[in-house]
Amino acid sequence: MTYEKRYDGRDFDETRKVEIKMGVIPRANGSAMFSFGNTKAIAAVYGPRLMHPQHLQNPEKAVLRCSYDMLSFSVTERKKPGPSRRSSEISHVIMNALTPVLQLENFPNAVIDLEIEIIQADASTRCAGINAAALALAHAGIPMTDLISAVSVGNIGNKICIDITKEEEDYEEDGEKLATDIPVAFAPRKNRLTLLQLDGKVKPEVLKKVIEAGNKACMKINEAQKKALRDLKMETELPEEEEK
Amino acid sequence: MEIANITKKRLIEFLEKGKRFDNRGWLEYRPLKINLGISSNAEGSAQVFLGKTEVMVGVKLDAVVPYRDSEESGVLAVVTELLPMASERFEHGPPKIQSIELARIVDRSIRESEIIDMKKLCIKKGEKVWSVMIDIYAINDDGNLIDAAAIGAVAAIMSAVMPKIDKDDKVQYGEFTKDKLPITSAIPTTVTFYKIGDKFVLDPTTEEQDASELRVSFAVSFPSKEKKSKKIDAENAVINAMQKGGGDATLSSEEINTLIDLAVEKAASLQEKIREEIE
Repeated sequence: MTYEKRYDGRDFDETRKVEIKMGVIPRANGSAMFSFGNTKAIAAVYGPRLMHPQHLQNPEKAVLRCSYDMLSFSVTERKKPGPSRRSSEISHVIMNALTPVLQLENFPNAVIDLEIEIIQADASTRCAGINAAALALAHAGIPMTDLISAVSVGNIGNKICIDITKEEEDYEEDGEKLATDIPVAFAPRKNRLTLLQLDGKVKPEVLKKVIEAGNKACMKINEAQKKALRDLKMETELPEEEEK
Repeated sequence: MEIANITKKRLIEFLEKGKRFDNRGWLEYRPLKINLGISSNAEGSAQVFLGKTEVMVGVKLDAVVPYRDSEESGVLAVVTELLPMASERFEHGPPKIQSIELARIVDRSIRESEIIDMKKLCIKKGEKVWSVMIDIYAINDDGNLIDAAAIGAVAAIMSAVMPKIDKDDKVQYGEFTKDKLPITSAIPTTVTFYKIGDKFVLDPTTEEQDASELRVSFAVSFPSKEKKSKKIDAENAVINAMQKGGGDATLSSEEINTLIDLAVEKAASLQEKIREEIE
């Protein structure tokens, strides 16, 4: 038996419904909400501003300081508020996923604070977080060479699935766990991988296909992100002159 | 306080003419918006906007061993996180006094009003009771987080449902029953006055809050004997919590008497608005 039909009826290469909202945190310099179906992330950017404490300043470029966490009630069993080993690691890989496209050398001695919170979790939270973060950084006007997009790819019962849910993450056959989660992020313009993690079991040949499938999905997500940014720009444009 | 003296002076001049920078009256709240059910994994949850101020609140239930001195009653805790995302003034790290004070004011209003019927939260006397965890997150700070947080807590409680539980009293997380969290008619509403110059305002923006020298919070409930009374009767008003804070300024007894009456009046009208938003 293999995983023939997805639990929610999606195609294997289809993401859940993507929703994007810009400027959700007015006090921040930039902010965005990104959701994959029931997984919902918000991100806010403060800065660039002078780094405190001083000994953490870099005279050559700004530092991106990332924090990823989940609201206590975003998951079924209450998560104790505050950082954990898991959230610290994810904050770190998110920083590595985003930094390659940021032109940080424009802001010596500065810090850019990126805050990501998961409001509602149904797997793929770090990918939703990265997508929200890329948009928030763009919204804050941080110069960058590309807009990062991320997606989780699953190898579920030997089927490659895009944007997996919690239910798929827990997939079993005959009591054996047969789900591998592989989150990836791409800088689409030059097609560079910026995030790559794996949790499970997968054959090398399959892994190559997984990455290719993830790449395709990221391209589509990137279009949605760019559209959100374009629509935002429209709102701030001056009204057109009335025809005479 | 992070406000320029010149701005503060102007703000006070405005107030003396009965005006505020955003054209509101002294005791007028900004538009209130409540969204329920923001996390399908929570037993109850709410997102509250007061103008640009935004908080998210969730209720999580668990079956726990009761305290030895109250073996038949549920357990309640309120936790606040002032997320660094909400303001450049908030930092990561252990909770600071502002966040602790906020959680404790909301905790007292919930606990003392008895909006949650704690006696009904006993599963097996002395062995298992329900614990109600209320987590409050500041998402965007534009002043008056206390009232926004209190509104969010009440909204999340009123929308909360009981989770499923198995034979060994273990919670089946992610599975809910149709039963609501048992609540009473004593819904607490918190109104916080801020003193700027010699005037009192409600629902300040960050700028106004920075200009203030003192704040006083009142949590008022209107318990009614009729179980499903929709009307709020000011005659039933009970003050469940009070807190003076926000600076070392003082109050005269005339001032506090005026504030008590105003608090009851304003809590009644705010509670009507909250109920409208929830329904």
